[in-house]
Amino acid sequence: MTDSPAPHYKQPLLKTPFHERARALSQIDSFIPWAGYTTVDVFTTMEQEYFAVRNATTLYDLTPMVKYRVSGPDAVPYLNRLVTRDVAKLKPDRVAYVVWCNDAGHLIDDGTIFRLGAGEYRICTAERQIDWLLDSAIGFDVQIGEVTEQIAALAVQGPTSCAMLKAAGLRGIELLKPFEIGYFSLGEHRLTLSRTGFTGDLGYEVWMDPAAAETIWDILMAAGRSRGIRAIGSQALNMARIEAGFIMPNVDFVSAEHTIRTGRDRSPLELGLGWLVDFNKGHFTGRRALLTEKKQGSRRQLVGLDIAGNKPAHNALIYTDDGGKREIGSVTSAMWSPTCKRNIALAIVDAPHFQVGSTVWAEIYLNRELVWERRMSRAQVVERPFFVPERRRATPPAEF
Amino acid sequence: MSVAAPAAPSRYDCVVIGGGHNGLVCAATLARGGRSVLLLEAAAQVGGAALTREFAPGFRVSAGAHLLHLMPADLLRDLRVESHGLEWAARGMSTTALLPGGARLVVGELELGDGALQGLSTKDAQAYSAYAARMRRFAAALVPMFSRVPPRLGTTDWSDRLAMLKLGWQIRRLGKRDMRELLRIGGMNVYDLLEENFDSAALKGALGFDAVLGANFGPRSPGTVLTLLYRLAAESAAGAAGLSQPKGGMGALCNALAKAASAAGAVIRTAAPVARISVEGDRIAGVVLESGESIAAHTVISSADPKTTFLRLLGARYLDTGFVRRVDHIRSRGLAAKLHLALNRLPAFAGVGEANLRGRLLIAPSLQHIEHAYNHAKYGEFSAAPVMEITVPTVNDATLAPAGGHVLSAIVQYAPYTLKAGWQAGKQAFMDAALDTLEQFSHGLRGSIVGAELLTPDDMEREFRMSGGHWHHGDLAFDQFLMVRPVPGAAQYRTPVDGLFLCGAGCHPGGGVMGVAGRNAAQQVLTMGMKSP
Repeated sequence: MTDSPAPHYKQPLLKTPFHERARALSQIDSFIPWAGYTTVDVFTTMEQEYFAVRNATTLYDLTPMVKYRVSGPDAVPYLNRLVTRDVAKLKPDRVAYVVWCNDAGHLIDDGTIFRLGAGEYRICTAERQIDWLLDSAIGFDVQIGEVTEQIAALAVQGPTSCAMLKAAGLRGIELLKPFEIGYFSLGEHRLTLSRTGFTGDLGYEVWMDPAAAETIWDILMAAGRSRGIRAIGSQALNMARIEAGFIMPNVDFVSAEHTIRTGRDRSPLELGLGWLVDFNKGHFTGRRALLTEKKQGSRRQLVGLDIAGNKPAHNALIYTDDGGKREIGSVTSAMWSPTCKRNIALAIVDAPHFQVGSTVWAEIYLNRELVWERRMSRAQVVERPFFVPERRRATPPAEF
Repeated sequence: MSVAAPAAPSRYDCVVIGGGHNGLVCAATLARGGRSVLLLEAAAQVGGAALTREFAPGFRVSAGAHLLHLMPADLLRDLRVESHGLEWAARGMSTTALLPGGARLVVGELELGDGALQGLSTKDAQAYSAYAARMRRFAAALVPMFSRVPPRLGTTDWSDRLAMLKLGWQIRRLGKRDMRELLRIGGMNVYDLLEENFDSAALKGALGFDAVLGANFGPRSPGTVLTLLYRLAAESAAGAAGLSQPKGGMGALCNALAKAASAAGAVIRTAAPVARISVEGDRIAGVVLESGESIAAHTVISSADPKTTFLRLLGARYLDTGFVRRVDHIRSRGLAAKLHLALNRLPAFAGVGEANLRGRLLIAPSLQHIEHAYNHAKYGEFSAAPVMEITVPTVNDATLAPAGGHVLSAIVQYAPYTLKAGWQAGKQAFMDAALDTLEQFSHGLRGSIVGAELLTPDDMEREFRMSGGHWHHGDLAFDQFLMVRPVPGAAQYRTPVDGLFLCGAGCHPGGGVMGVAGRNAAQQVLTMGMKSP
């Protein structure tokens, strides 16, 4: 996708097919690298973009999301051995959120599996995984290929997203159920839509030929004008995903393939993803280790915290008591949730303090005009996600 | 030996896959331990790569290894192989290095202090005595590793810790000077070690040869002192009988082991290739034969190499990715070929009398020569001037050839598993290179050949069902050794799948006709109390 004549090493970051559109809308020139691409962190302000996710509709350039095509006679046994969920149960044109582990049952990454028609699957992940995917293919009759550059993608998220897409001309979009895949045409362009996203809100992901990218962007922007459409960057998305309780690699966990220190990798049971682990489907990588962990009980767990006050508990250490005598964990993601009006956080907490209802203490540091203050704030272990709107699942979604 | 299929219980405590020496020792040990045992061999006779078979009309030869020197005396005694028909054609066989121009060097005799007679300096002869004694002491310190399940690292298990302590203590007990020397040379290459000790190129070649025999190494490869020490330690663990030749070839040993197993109650079925190992509910359920027949078993012990066992018979889908990756990465490409010649007369080697013809002959005139031979293999070519270990088994055992005829059996290195030109095209050329080399030391040998066979690693993979045609089912090297052999997660004969065990050369303590892996594995199964409910 790089058509720059300059040698690649002089411009190591690739540009996505939406780059020119994004650059035109960027007011503060805030770009960050993601999986080898340059992408927008903030277009205008994080808050403005966040409120568009929760109150209107948004476009987020998803192209750098790493995509792998998996096909061949052993595609299902292969995927079932790779991930912890039962992929055999995934129906055609459906999407499943999955995680995969190493032999020790520790998380390598999370992602989604798309079943596109009968025998073809697509894995989407935030980070490159080809090494693990190919090693997992030893002994299986499958073909695996990276297709990241062949598919451009936009996340269209927010309460007015369905109405906007309908207005743009995607007839029948309102009938698409959560985690369902649909195929649409827009003029001469063919689009694949999935009702998926990373915001916990009503929303879709639009997959297309990179050549169509700018045209589709323009059509959607035009259709969304009266519905408050806004392009958003990664920071606003991050706020939305914390409210939705979704975890991020290298933020809430470090891939077990990348950790160096012992005890730093996390199992899906520890991350509260036990519901994704199907012990009855047959063998998968990490199953024996996870079964042992399940029997013995996890030593720590990722939990949701509702923290007193309104000061976000970024990187806070967690204690059993307000004196800070016994340390039992730390916060991985934290924010004041404007929608929930709660001070929320994701944190790793040692057993037995991770039970819902437990009271723990967060050590929060505040920088007040370069003077640091320390607060011990009472926190309650609460259910995740923090924000689950009805519209996330409603089919058809509301008209706007 | 053929054993008829029994009318059959179709369920056993233990099914052993593969009737090579390790499989047979394992089956016999398990049966003696009170388990009901079925051994399944794919070929028409037991033996695996340790078998005797005809290669030219009336001429028979040990198709794989042709000398026995690593099988422990107590193992042979426990299984009463001699009362089950094993006889010795020769024991304590000598080693003679063949040298250009009709000279020779008899390695074992150097210790008699008669070096001058062999054309060696007194200095080298004395150095040899000291070197041999030191290496024997080192080998003896390593002996305790052989007869037990290798300890695991990083566990809190007391028996593992104790085993590590014992090994450490054995090495410490050598005394300060010897311990320091062992630790100094342990990771070295054999080229440097021998250069430090000797002047004679012939002596260095002969001593260095054993460090690379059957290995994916040249004398300058790191870790070759380890392989040499390991061979010496295994010999030491086996008792002091030295190089031996069973009467009737290596197959006779396996026939005796099979009789021992049968006598202990094990059932042996030949021509019964296993198609797959079956799993139910994440535990071994038994095996399915290529004929489609299912046999239920509580425990399956495979003497097949780890790649065959895990990737072909069991299947990656029952294993974790990281484990499969490690198995896939086992270095198991063979580099040793086997040459068999049927001769119409006794071969004559310049300067070698009948007494030494009863022993083994080496063509490895210098370390440089061996290293050059290995260089070719690194680049996917066979050695233009190969090195060899030669025996003429018919000198000790006339039953292997028709009257007046003789058999020459040679291990020829290096013959890389993946020959760049392909073995289809390269085989005859390599055979010619080997015969040219032999002709230099035995003029007129070519004229006496009435039949010939060359087994490349490629052939051995097919005939003996060993991945890569590797005699040891995987290189013996630091990273495929002791508690990491064949791979972490399967180094205690146990595997990640409940009820599946390994007992072949791919496990500790490795290949050669040793049988210790088979015995240790059986003991592991017995210790773990695996028995059908």
